Amino acid sequence: MSFDHSRRRGARSPFSSLTAHGEPWVWLTAGSLAIAVLMIVGLLGFIAIRGAATFWPQPLVEVTLRDGRQTLGEVTDRERVPQPSGEAGVPLERQLIRTANFELTGQHYEWIAADAIQASRLPEWATAVERLEGGRFHGFPVRLLRDGEPVATGAAAAWREYLQIRPAVRRRFLEACRIDRRDRGNLQQQLREARLDVVAAGLREGPESAAVATAEAAEQALAARVASLSEELDATTERLRAENRAWAFEFTTADGQAVVLPVAQMVQAWQPNRLGFFGKLAVYGARWQEFLTDDPREANSAGGVFPAIWGTVAMTLIMAVLVAPFGVLAALYLREYASGGPLTAAVRIAINNLAGVPSIVYGAFGLGFFCYGVGGRIDELFFQASLVADNQSTFGAGGLLWASLTLALLTLPVVIIATEEALAAVPKSMREGSYACGASKWQTIRRIVLPRALPGIMTGLILAMARGAGEVAPLMLVGVKKVALDLPIDGTFPFVHAERGFMHLAYLIYDMGFQSSNSQAAKPMVFTITFLLVAIIALLNIAAIFIRSRLKRRYVMQQF
Amino acid sequence: MPRDTEQTPPAAVLNEQPAAVGDRLLAVANGEDIPSEVHDRVREETPVLEIDRFSLWYGRKQAIHSVSMPIPHNQVTALVGPSGCGKSTLLKSVNRLNDLVQNVRITGDMRLNGDSIYDPRMDVIDLRKRMGMVFQKPNPFPMSIYENVVYALRIDGERNRGVLDEACEVSLRGAALWDEVKDRLRDSALGLSGGQQQRLCIARAIAAEPEVLLLDEPCSALDPIATGKVEDLIQELRGRYSVLMVTHNMQQASRASDYTAFMYLGRLVEYGPTSDIFTKPILRETESYVTGRFG
Repeated sequence: MSFDHSRRRGARSPFSSLTAHGEPWVWLTAGSLAIAVLMIVGLLGFIAIRGAATFWPQPLVEVTLRDGRQTLGEVTDRERVPQPSGEAGVPLERQLIRTANFELTGQHYEWIAADAIQASRLPEWATAVERLEGGRFHGFPVRLLRDGEPVATGAAAAWREYLQIRPAVRRRFLEACRIDRRDRGNLQQQLREARLDVVAAGLREGPESAAVATAEAAEQALAARVASLSEELDATTERLRAENRAWAFEFTTADGQAVVLPVAQMVQAWQPNRLGFFGKLAVYGARWQEFLTDDPREANSAGGVFPAIWGTVAMTLIMAVLVAPFGVLAALYLREYASGGPLTAAVRIAINNLAGVPSIVYGAFGLGFFCYGVGGRIDELFFQASLVADNQSTFGAGGLLWASLTLALLTLPVVIIATEEALAAVPKSMREGSYACGASKWQTIRRIVLPRALPGIMTGLILAMARGAGEVAPLMLVGVKKVALDLPIDGTFPFVHAERGFMHLAYLIYDMGFQSSNSQAAKPMVFTITFLLVAIIALLNIAAIFIRSRLKRRYVMQQF
Repeated sequence: MPRDTEQTPPAAVLNEQPAAVGDRLLAVANGEDIPSEVHDRVREETPVLEIDRFSLWYGRKQAIHSVSMPIPHNQVTALVGPSGCGKSTLLKSVNRLNDLVQNVRITGDMRLNGDSIYDPRMDVIDLRKRMGMVFQKPNPFPMSIYENVVYALRIDGERNRGVLDEACEVSLRGAALWDEVKDRLRDSALGLSGGQQQRLCIARAIAAEPEVLLLDEPCSALDPIATGKVEDLIQELRGRYSVLMVTHNMQQASRASDYTAFMYLGRLVEYGPTSDIFTKPILRETESYVTGRFG
């Protein structure tokens, strides 16, 4: 017996022992996982690094060319290109320099060959200015002007003085904008409503009726009041703007041209070559803050993305709120009540297939059904005046509500499937225990099955949110706008404007990456927005996972 | 969960031990019907539940073959027998939990205090409220200890705090769990140990004052100490509740029950007072099973 045993062992090859232990399988599975992890980490890392670096102040290099021209800018890229004439030899190096000052040179960026550069240095006072209009400006501060008279001359003195007056100028600027946008917008809204009342009265009781006359009188009274109010507003904004207009900053560009910038036009300004690490960090923070909280400018190529963040989060949350009850109820019927016949199986297959339908199909459906169908009918019934008077649809066009509904439809299969699985995973012993206590089916579902299945349902919802928040194609048909500064929730009655169009980060990526006129400047922004979108989706998911883990602790603890 | 009643005829085993296993088991293994030996003393008791020529099929497989047995009032009755003999199925037929299984067909009837359980006019929900059931594996609901105990009252629409509190305390005391959990009634029941969970399930089952308490192998998933506690509890319930208990454990049946029924492949073989079944059964087959020589 023992002899046999030892002989068998001796005959066994090292490979057979490996396969017997299953080690190659461990390597294979571990390798697959490692590759998957590497891809995920690599992708996220790439986006995070490129996205986070966008706002870090780069040094401004003053380049003197062999032809005597001087230019000031950030080196954003370097590459080697073959000799132009096709000769053999060392490839030429060239640099992409962000020269800014578009209104003077007609270009934002310039490729400069290395052998054309005579000298380059980092001048201390080189200043980068982010302007309201016209893009970036690079130059050297000369003096600060008030009403054309110099207040401070010399780079250091002018800069010091600028930093002193800037907060007040910025405050006045924002105040004027706020008055224009909100107060004046309110007045316009009231006027429009009064005008629509007239049209509505005409539609309701005929053009000659007394109601029309009353409405017209009301409209005229309002118009008079609005006129006086808006004169007051005009006076205020004019005063604020006049105060701001007085202040201007004179710069000189690298090649010696004098440029006078109104201080109100300067959104951000920094001198990267003078700044230490913490100074740069402060600029970095300020630029991030502007990016996160401001409205976009210049066809979305500059400024912030606040409306898009808002739109993305609002749409995702509304979608989740819509899809959750709907999907859970459908899954409940399918799993708990429907008999397991061929019809149920067919419905289940159909739902699974629905999860694979291209999202643009949902967009087309949403446009046809929600916007034109449901929305059009709502307009006819409740907003006819607007349709007749302005030929303007209210609910009959894309908007936040319709986009959320479309995406809810899109993610419905995910939620149904996940919920069904969660319901199936509720132990049979628990249901039996409940039935044995004399509970009815609905009582068992409500008190035992649903609480126990909640974490699984949350998982489905997380998947749905992750899918919905990153979806672009259907949104382009049902409500996403290139620019929509009026948020769907604001201070004007009725406060929630679900019919309004909205901005969305994922669409902004497409818009900025492929529709921007200044594509070089847009490139880092695309990374930053992608980074932001991923971060927001991650944040939403982490919140949901946190809720799920709390539910799990409460309802699904191990029994032993 | 169709049981293979036709399968597993331990013919080989039977053939090896013809002396120990009598002809009745061989006959059953061959699919023949046998008369049940029911001791006279069983018939002298007042029955709370009467099982009357009850048969049950899962699809085309017959799991219970015309079982007739009275369950005495306020006594503990144990159902013993090898795996797959239909004990649990019989138990679940009492509160009609088998209704939930597809393709179940029954003939015969059961009567709970005279009311026909399988009467078409019988409201199943009402029926189940008159019984309590405890399962093999502790199955506390995902809620607090308190809510677990008063679950039956809650689903009945009871909202009065005083009534609920009292029922909770009485039931937990009845299940010998009160002292261990009285300070954490609001904690999740899932945090209790296995033995505590099973006693909680017993408390839940007795909270609605059931006419019959059905225990389906209540100790099979517990460690010896927890088993001991649950057995002590069953002893205490004796005299106050009518208990019908399925068990695999012969010692448990002999310790904790007043009456014992031996089932084999869906048939009732012998049914009598526990002491008689374990010491002087009528049939040799029963003796060989309870002494562990077969099964």
